[in-house]
Amino acid sequence: MRDFYGTTLNNGLMLGTAQYPSPAILADAFKRSGASVATVSLRRESGQERAGQDFWALIKELGTHILPNTAGCHSVKEAVTTAHMAREVFDTKWIKLEVIGEEDTLQPDVFGLVEAARILTEDGFQVFPYTTEDLVVAGKLLDAGCEVLMPWGAPIGSGQGLNNVFGLRAMRAHFPDVPLVIDAGLGLPSQAAQAMELGYDAVLLNTAVAKAGDPAEMAEGFAMAVRAGQLAATADPMEPRDMAEPSTPVIGKAFLE
Amino acid sequence: MSDITIIGGGVAGLCVARELRDRGAELRVIDRYDGIGPHQCSWWAGGMLAPFCEGESAEEPVIRLGQEAAGWWQKNTGCVTQNGSLVLASKRDSADLTRFARRTSNLREVSGNEIAALEPDLGARYTRGLFFESEAHLSPRKALETLRMRLVADGVKFETAEADPETVSKKGKTIDCRGFSARDSLPDLRGVKGEMLLLSCPEVTLNRPIRLLHPRIPLYIVPRGDGIFMLGATMIESSATSHVTARSLLELLSAAYALSPAFGEAEVLEIGVDARPAFPDNLPRIREDGNVITANGLYRHGFLLAPALARMVAELVFDNTRPEVLDEAAA
Repeated sequence: MRDFYGTTLNNGLMLGTAQYPSPAILADAFKRSGASVATVSLRRESGQERAGQDFWALIKELGTHILPNTAGCHSVKEAVTTAHMAREVFDTKWIKLEVIGEEDTLQPDVFGLVEAARILTEDGFQVFPYTTEDLVVAGKLLDAGCEVLMPWGAPIGSGQGLNNVFGLRAMRAHFPDVPLVIDAGLGLPSQAAQAMELGYDAVLLNTAVAKAGDPAEMAEGFAMAVRAGQLAATADPMEPRDMAEPSTPVIGKAFLE
Repeated sequence: MSDITIIGGGVAGLCVARELRDRGAELRVIDRYDGIGPHQCSWWAGGMLAPFCEGESAEEPVIRLGQEAAGWWQKNTGCVTQNGSLVLASKRDSADLTRFARRTSNLREVSGNEIAALEPDLGARYTRGLFFESEAHLSPRKALETLRMRLVADGVKFETAEADPETVSKKGKTIDCRGFSARDSLPDLRGVKGEMLLLSCPEVTLNRPIRLLHPRIPLYIVPRGDGIFMLGATMIESSATSHVTARSLLELLSAAYALSPAFGEAEVLEIGVDARPAFPDNLPRIREDGNVITANGLYRHGFLLAPALARMVAELVFDNTRPEVLDEAAA
């Protein structure tokens, strides 16, 4: 498994921490799934006042790696400010960088993203950029100092799965050594398995688990799917073909005469 | 039984006082402030008595215990309006309505025509909704005032003072109902920030609370009568109560405007903010430690769950009945 800025993860499941019915259910989802990374978004208001620390303490108690994110930031400046607060609150160089460019689809503003990634990398951050499957943007993010890429599967919270399998496959082939994470858009475990089968290193999701009727059960389902997809990817799957190929040999069969 | 002290005169303290008084206890209620007011979390409440709607995300005890609320408040304050509640979503968020219906009970799906009949002022804006006919709502401030007034009339003494449960309990049974102010003695209690608005908009009439589903900004609007509406409420994992952010105001007001553009002309009467006291599972707890009983963690369910919580406190005090929300681990 490729490592993330020198950190090897136990598994390829990263879970968000927003929108759960309660912190107790959130903790249960992490326990049942064994997710290796918890992402947590920081409101700038609670960062300044440190008034969110009760909730952050609960997140720290999960015992996973913590990946703070700049969710909901619409400009480079906002994202950079939020990243600095996150570094202080969670004492980590990791930052999931989101710069939102479009309100309805929550698509990343890739121009602002590259700029913010450069600023934060120069400042010592280890940036996990939320991007699209565009190869040129991906290249520029790597040039800016990112060592991980997080292309979307589909718009955030849409549950549509992998919208552009061709593009995601091309990205994997184009950057064979870069850790790649599918971030956003997953609704079902089968979609997570598909991402891992494509050779992705991890998936990051939140809504699919948090808004399920039974979040802990769904989290465990995702963990199993991630594992299944990962095993499939490393096992060198068969190539699909157009015609049937008998799985039992024809020659040498016993026959009655 | 006599001489019980309740610390905290918000929704929890007053409901506990009512239940204990009904069992004949001699009571005093101590609060840092005199009377009902903005220092209390319940002052800013929505006042929806909607156990079935809450079931969308809350756990089973909320749905079951919450069903005691409407009858209790009607009996003890007479302030309850039983008109049901209505859940709506814009067309693009129709999937959320389907999910909401699947996860709740005691509702029926209503068409555009039925919505227009229930709430003529919403006109033909919505084509699909969910109607929870058995639910109710009240005006929190009026309900608290009435409850307090009747307690005074029944001989309950109210004192304005700082009080520490440990000191007070040396003189007798003490019920700690301080809400988030008890944070220092309850390390697993956290604040969940809520922001709300009071609007005056006489040209709009709504007959019942309306919930507008939205993936990012769910909103409810509760009619208070006389053209006044409560608009709520944000849910932010933060104990800050110092200010309302521009973003929250923007989100609340846009949602109200989406519900009916007439709210664009409303007068903003009040902007409120407070932190709801909550335990990690967002369910209330009763703890007993010597002479002190703690009743806390009502989260966003103050008016909905305080009657059941108060009943359980009374059963513990008078019958030594173990309440289902007793938290032994922490005692």
